[in-house]
Amino acid sequence: MFKYALKRISLMLVTLFIITLMCFVLVRMLPPVELALGDPKTAIVEARREAAGYNKPYLVQFGIFLKDIFTEWDWGVSEVKYYGQDVAGIFASKLPATMIVNLYSIILSIPIGIALGIWAALKKNSWIDYTVSTLTMVCISVPNFVYAFLIQYLFSYKLNIFPFLMKSGTSYFTWDMFVSMLPPVLSLSLGVIAGFTRTTRAELTEVLTSEFMLLARTKGLTRAQATIRHAMKNCMVVVLPSIFGEFIGIMSGSLIIEKIFSVPGVGQLYLESINGRDYSMFMLLTVFYTTVGLLASIVVDISYGFIDPRIRMGSTK
Amino acid sequence: MSMQKNNNMEYEHIPQEQFAFAQLDATLHDKKLETKNRSFFADAMIRFKKNKSSVIAAYILLFLLIFTFAAPIISPYTMDNKDKFYVNTPPYIESIAQKGWGIFDGAVVRESQNEASMNYWKGIAEETGMNPVIKVLGQTGTTSIFRGKEKITYTYTIETNKYYETGMIYRTFSYEEFDAIQEWQNETGIQVIYPYVETKDIQGITDNPNLWYEVDAKGAAKLDKDGNFVPVYSTNKEVEGRPYNSIRIEGDDGSYIYSARKSGAVHCRVLYYNYYQFMNGTEPFYIFGTNSMGQDLFAGIGVGARFSLVFAIVVSAINLSIGAIYGAIQGYYGGKVDLIMDRIADILSGVPFTVVTVLFQLHLAQKVGVVPSFLFAFVMTGWIGMAALTRKQFYRFKSQEFVFAARTLGASDKRLMFKHVFPNAMGTIITSCALVIPGVIRSETSMTYLGIVNLQDLAGTSIGTLMSQGQTAMTTSPHSMLYPALYFALLLISFNLFGNGLRDAFNPSTRGVED
Repeated sequence: MFKYALKRISLMLVTLFIITLMCFVLVRMLPPVELALGDPKTAIVEARREAAGYNKPYLVQFGIFLKDIFTEWDWGVSEVKYYGQDVAGIFASKLPATMIVNLYSIILSIPIGIALGIWAALKKNSWIDYTVSTLTMVCISVPNFVYAFLIQYLFSYKLNIFPFLMKSGTSYFTWDMFVSMLPPVLSLSLGVIAGFTRTTRAELTEVLTSEFMLLARTKGLTRAQATIRHAMKNCMVVVLPSIFGEFIGIMSGSLIIEKIFSVPGVGQLYLESINGRDYSMFMLLTVFYTTVGLLASIVVDISYGFIDPRIRMGSTK
Repeated sequence: MSMQKNNNMEYEHIPQEQFAFAQLDATLHDKKLETKNRSFFADAMIRFKKNKSSVIAAYILLFLLIFTFAAPIISPYTMDNKDKFYVNTPPYIESIAQKGWGIFDGAVVRESQNEASMNYWKGIAEETGMNPVIKVLGQTGTTSIFRGKEKITYTYTIETNKYYETGMIYRTFSYEEFDAIQEWQNETGIQVIYPYVETKDIQGITDNPNLWYEVDAKGAAKLDKDGNFVPVYSTNKEVEGRPYNSIRIEGDDGSYIYSARKSGAVHCRVLYYNYYQFMNGTEPFYIFGTNSMGQDLFAGIGVGARFSLVFAIVVSAINLSIGAIYGAIQGYYGGKVDLIMDRIADILSGVPFTVVTVLFQLHLAQKVGVVPSFLFAFVMTGWIGMAALTRKQFYRFKSQEFVFAARTLGASDKRLMFKHVFPNAMGTIITSCALVIPGVIRSETSMTYLGIVNLQDLAGTSIGTLMSQGQTAMTTSPHSMLYPALYFALLLISFNLFGNGLRDAFNPSTRGVED
């Protein structure tokens, strides 16, 4: 098991290295942005470019890039919006907003999703099941920005319950801030709720019809006891890993939701770096998003083995 | 065993004439099947039809597809028709609006309208005969003390017709255009040009063509003692630009002038609603309203979705081919080949789609165009899912008896892969396509919504662009958000339901299972 985890992590690092290299070379091949003339910071940016090895071979530049990261945690300077500032610092200042919004979202959606899934599975083929399943289908098919419009229009504009955009500032734990975070949180949650409902329902209906459930009832357990002790445990084998995956995923912000509600998070930052061609920022965020994605999939895979000892990870056949 | 082997050895060369048919004259007791044969496809269709929600989804999908391709043809507008005045106008169909159901009436709600602005709307209504005010929704009075007297000022919340409230505009025409409009007026009986008002008669206000009555310095109407407007139409022949021989307004004894001289051209007051008819040949006909660019949403949704659909089909066809070949090689050969190819796929699938799209746009958009580079971005990572699916199917089928049999008969690897294994995997692969298409549409719309990819030059517009335009104008004109989003949601839901039904129908593992 440990060996398998180690193997997966080292493979992930190799993958990450190759992706970073590819993206780095592709980004450096682009013509660098014009620097503002007369700005006092232009000299700094130019000096930093010199230090980063512009005009040297790409592999040398990549070496410098890696060396700077590992020795000084230096990801370069922003050349557009945060002119002359360290991108790593800007990024770190944007991370809390994204993480808090996403954290609220999964804290809200995981219990609801699992509860709805259990409810639908227990009432299989009743109108409850059909309603829940249909809503789940709708929520999964339609991307979350469509609900975001609906939530923004209904709750923020028509009913005036929430503010239109997220409050600016960094005091994340005030009541006002919490209320202003609710529209993006709700928009993000619907899809996650639907995902968990679907997984739980599918898994639980399968477990409920399996033979050990019959045995459990035969030996005298009530339906509730059998469901909670036997069915739920088996159903969680599939559900828990995706919960872990979600927790890793809270770091990466949704580009669209953050744009609509102007959440000052990494998604927004990423979009700015793309539209403004802020290459250092783009590079940092690319590495970040790739890492989060890879990490989430590893955590999901490995946690299967930890949760259910029957699943032998990495064994051949 | 050894006995048999010896026997075989003995009969190694049997002369042909020693063979005899065993049952040539015997009666066969097997009966031909009396039931009708049913092909795999027909079987799948029957299963599909049992799934009611998928069938409904299929019909909705069909309707949406017809709409998509018909809308740009039905609509009199293209994406190049950008009306400067009818921007963000709500849906309007005259025949339905007249019924007073409150739908398709082009209504917008205007709050805190004071007496002066109510008079302004009244002025437009009186002159043009098109009353912008549909109904008064509410009225609030505030009492204030004015010069020692109590005075109540009312403010109103009203619903106005956005098409009528534009009223008059100023336009400068050449002599030919001026004559052509007069001729058109005579033919159709629709009045476009209205009597000219000199700015000196309306307190020097130059930017408000809707004033045709005496006003104070703020532009508010000065009514006479009966509460009527006092017309200030110009009769000054000295400023007249060109003789006017067409429809005159009521109460004109022939002395009003209809144009003013302006360096070789004429300056006119024009009723925009009717001028629009002169220009476009139809009355404003915006079934879904217009967006912030003044484009028709009905046509816009059709144009955008048409591109999305064609694009998604092309993308999934390419990904299907690449993925199928890649997965076939992986699954068939297995071992080292599989491992290496799997690594490559792993690395590619690790790159976030946004990054791929952005890098392709930055590198290739100027060389090969926006759409091809967008297509490359989709192809770059899109085939991986398909390859994994094909690989799995190959692992499932490649060790089955019929493949061994074919190999024993000497079939080549290529033949085994594409003649024997692949057709068996086909059903699963094709049906997954029905779920890949909505996925492509979804990512494409996200990218155009964010403005990372701009398709306006080639496709005219896209659903994503329409939605992002609508989002900025959401509070004042919710329709410009509603229709694209509604269409998009319906398309994705029905596509997914249809795809799920198709997958279940073709998936042999559910065969014979009924719920």
